[in-house]
Amino acid sequence: MFTAYLKTAFFALAFIAFAKANAQDHHERQLTEGEQIIFDEVDGGEYGEGDPVNTKTEVDNFIAHHLQDSHYLTLFEKADDHFFVSVPLPVLLWDNGLRVFMSSVFHHGEEIAEIDGNYYQLHHSKIYKVNGPEDFIPADVHHPENVKPFDISITKNVVTALLVGLIIFLIFGALAKQYKKRSIPKGFGRVLEPLVIYVRDEIAKPNIGEQKYRRFIGFLLTVFFFIWIANLLGLTPLGTNLTGNIAVTVGLALLTYLITTFSANKDYWKHIFWMPGVHWVMKIFFIPIELLGTLTKPFALLVRLYANITAGHVVLFTLLGAITVAKTDLSIGTGASVGFGIFYFILAIFITLIELLVAFLQAYIFTLLSALFIGMAVAEHDHPEHAHAEEDDIDEVRERFV
Amino acid sequence: MQGTEDIAPLIPTIVGAGLIAIGAGIGLGMIGGKAMEAIARQPEAAGKIQTAMIIIAALLEGFAFAALLLG
Repeated sequence: MFTAYLKTAFFALAFIAFAKANAQDHHERQLTEGEQIIFDEVDGGEYGEGDPVNTKTEVDNFIAHHLQDSHYLTLFEKADDHFFVSVPLPVLLWDNGLRVFMSSVFHHGEEIAEIDGNYYQLHHSKIYKVNGPEDFIPADVHHPENVKPFDISITKNVVTALLVGLIIFLIFGALAKQYKKRSIPKGFGRVLEPLVIYVRDEIAKPNIGEQKYRRFIGFLLTVFFFIWIANLLGLTPLGTNLTGNIAVTVGLALLTYLITTFSANKDYWKHIFWMPGVHWVMKIFFIPIELLGTLTKPFALLVRLYANITAGHVVLFTLLGAITVAKTDLSIGTGASVGFGIFYFILAIFITLIELLVAFLQAYIFTLLSALFIGMAVAEHDHPEHAHAEEDDIDEVRERFV
Repeated sequence: MQGTEDIAPLIPTIVGAGLIAIGAGIGLGMIGGKAMEAIARQPEAAGKIQTAMIIIAALLEGFAFAALLLG
């Protein structure tokens, strides 16, 4: 047990040391100085006379930047002073052939990189092709006309997804190994086993059915733990935002959609294209509605996850940013701003605790609704007879009264 | 603070977001309240009621978020 802690601590230290060394390589500044600068900024001392101190815009920019994907794994940054503590990530571009290099050549968008005679610039987290080493895109142009090469880089989100995959592989690999020796797992496996059984007994079995759930339990467990661990990583200081990225949730919902569509049985398609038990005029009306329904189900899945996690991150950063904004924009006294800071800090802690719950709840809901949709697609039912019987009943009732 | 003319064009969005919050709040309140009543009446069915409650709350939440995003 103790060695496990040691290992974790070692990796954390190695990561921080690597990040720090990288920051010093490029900018030759000490971390402590960087911290000093951050404090200066709160006091407004870094700004010249006459410059508007608009930290509200800075906070907005920071949040917008956090929600985007990035070519760096950044721990700290202070872009105005060219100070970054970050790990560069590999860039893979398809521009008349695959070009592979590290994102450190961009110097956080401050320099134009020359790769095999082509010039690239990192502009607002996106890579554009430029004409020469001095052909900078102006910072205020948000959608330049320049060619954007097809970017399949290992970005921050890809690294996070791989990290989540690695974590799942390690913890469940260890759990699976334990079952060969003993029937009851020990250590962290005791946390995982109830969760696996919960997903099986409370999500898969009631919604898909006793006979058929086994085919889908692998997908449901994977999705559940992937979303849960990705959500939890989003709450760590790593600054990842995997499930708050709409491309990721689209991918997850697409998996549910494909599995639902390809494992659907005859009854499911019959209910879409020729709804039994209704008049034929209504059957024609139901076709587009039901077809749309198959698409809105995964759409609801992806929007819910994306919006929940994004909202959580925005609320957290807004609360923390409000401390700075209160000091600089409202120009209240020191005592009041300290009180303000403490109040918002406590509020942020409470929101973080709520986010812990939301992290689990969103994974649960995504899995539950996926199971529900799959269950709808594979359910065996004898509705036609039912519906006819009901129709007959209605006719009988009508005859009796008319 | 910034001038009021900067905030003026945002007012429809802000009011819309408020309306969505009110609607979603009423909906969630009704779901939660009815679920509580149901659990109080039949405590043995608490598990099933809870699952159904969470599903409907999730669907409502999906709608509310879709509206917020489009707004």
